[in-house]
Amino acid sequence: MIQCKDLKKSYGENEVLKEVSFTIGEGQIFGLLGPSGAGKTTLIKILTGQLVYDAGTVTVMGKEPGRLNGKEKRCFGIMMDSFGVYERFSCGENLAVFADLYGIPHKRIPKMLEEVGLEGAYHRSASDLSKGMRARLQLARAFMNTPKILFLDEPTSGLDPQSMKAIHRIILEKKAAGCTIFLTTHNMEEATKLCDHIVLLNEGRIVESGRPEEICRRYDHHKKIKLHLNDGEDIEYERNGDTAEEIFALLKAGSVETIHSTEPTLESVFLELTGRDLEEER
Amino acid sequence: MHNIFVIMKKQFRDTLKNKTILVQFLMFPMLTLVMENAIHIKDMPEHFFVKLFAVMFIGMAPLTAATAILSEEKEKNTLRVLMMADMKPWQYLTGVGSYIWLICMAGAGVMASCIETSGRLFFLGMMGIGIAISIVAGACIGIFSKNQMMATSLQMPCMMIFSFAPMLAMFNEDIRRISDIFYTQQLKCVFDQMSLDGFGTNGAMIVCVNAVICVIMFAVAYRKKGLE
Repeated sequence: MIQCKDLKKSYGENEVLKEVSFTIGEGQIFGLLGPSGAGKTTLIKILTGQLVYDAGTVTVMGKEPGRLNGKEKRCFGIMMDSFGVYERFSCGENLAVFADLYGIPHKRIPKMLEEVGLEGAYHRSASDLSKGMRARLQLARAFMNTPKILFLDEPTSGLDPQSMKAIHRIILEKKAAGCTIFLTTHNMEEATKLCDHIVLLNEGRIVESGRPEEICRRYDHHKKIKLHLNDGEDIEYERNGDTAEEIFALLKAGSVETIHSTEPTLESVFLELTGRDLEEER
Repeated sequence: MHNIFVIMKKQFRDTLKNKTILVQFLMFPMLTLVMENAIHIKDMPEHFFVKLFAVMFIGMAPLTAATAILSEEKEKNTLRVLMMADMKPWQYLTGVGSYIWLICMAGAGVMASCIETSGRLFFLGMMGIGIAISIVAGACIGIFSKNQMMATSLQMPCMMIFSFAPMLAMFNEDIRRISDIFYTQQLKCVFDQMSLDGFGTNGAMIVCVNAVICVIMFAVAYRKKGLE
């Protein structure tokens, strides 16, 4: 669905994307992880034809983004943090503008609001919405045209856990409906939960890519098992056959309160690769 | 064409909720109706308030509306969403411009109801030209401005000059000489006589030059800033 090969983009002297390559298959949720300023939004802008790139090849639905015609661009649903809503309009009126543009009957608007958990907010002014509700309204707007590809730029940034969970549910529903989703985030939990394939981007360069669990396993250097015993003691065992009997004995004796393996999280993988935290501001 | 109508419909809906813009569209037509019917002073020129407020309306409402709409959409980044929904910049600009022109012409129609039937078409024709020039001037400021605050600070002096200079020119000859270079002053002269004779020797040329300058400035601003 989307292919990027050796993509380069600079703003003056500042090279923001350095030989970025990846492929996104149809129906996949592709996660682009990186701290603020890593080049995530620039990449979305290039893929959606909002920005021209300097070098490399980019194809979206088999075409260079700049060559996509109006009808093809209508296959995109885009939600970007910077995109606003019409503050004086109600939620229903906000969607009505785009329903008119796409030629969608207005009677479908309440259903779209319901789909994102905004049922009953049809007449509510957009200026009165909480950040989470506004994000959901933006999502509803991105879904208006039943897109084939959804570009979501940090859709849950700054949201409370409940709103975040609601948005995750909606994203997974869209995936189940066959939508290809390009998601940027700096939330590794979100990426692990949602994405089929992720790319870790740091200072415009891809530092790692693969399935979230694969990446974590790849960087599992310690290969240990941590046990917390009933008496409060913490013990670490090497994760190999030699320690199996000792662990089994402790488990059999009922003295183990918790047991964990030590494979890293995406956060710690990123930290190991770059020396930077994903949430860290530039 | 469909996209242009969508923008016009959106703007109409927005105007009903945007009191600042709504007041601009209603104030002068309403004032004209009230003053023309309520005030009758001996030796006062015929349709004095229509002629005075028509020029102020031309210099104020379309310019303010065009600037406010464009700068707000740019600042709130809703314009980009429209562009991503396959709205072409020319469609958006035509939609906004047509909407402002039509709603201002409706206001001009209210003003025209105060004058004799025979002069109404001429009055509306002149109003149409003036409103169109003001829309281009406003769009120019809206495109050039990064945000609403910058737009307001650029639009205010332009609006003050275009709308108030013709009125002040009635009382001060020096102001009159300066004011003569503006299209609103020339249109005031035309409205005073309700005929093209009011233009004098250079009047029509001045209006044309004003229009061309606005169009050139619009082209430069659009080329430099686009609708981003």
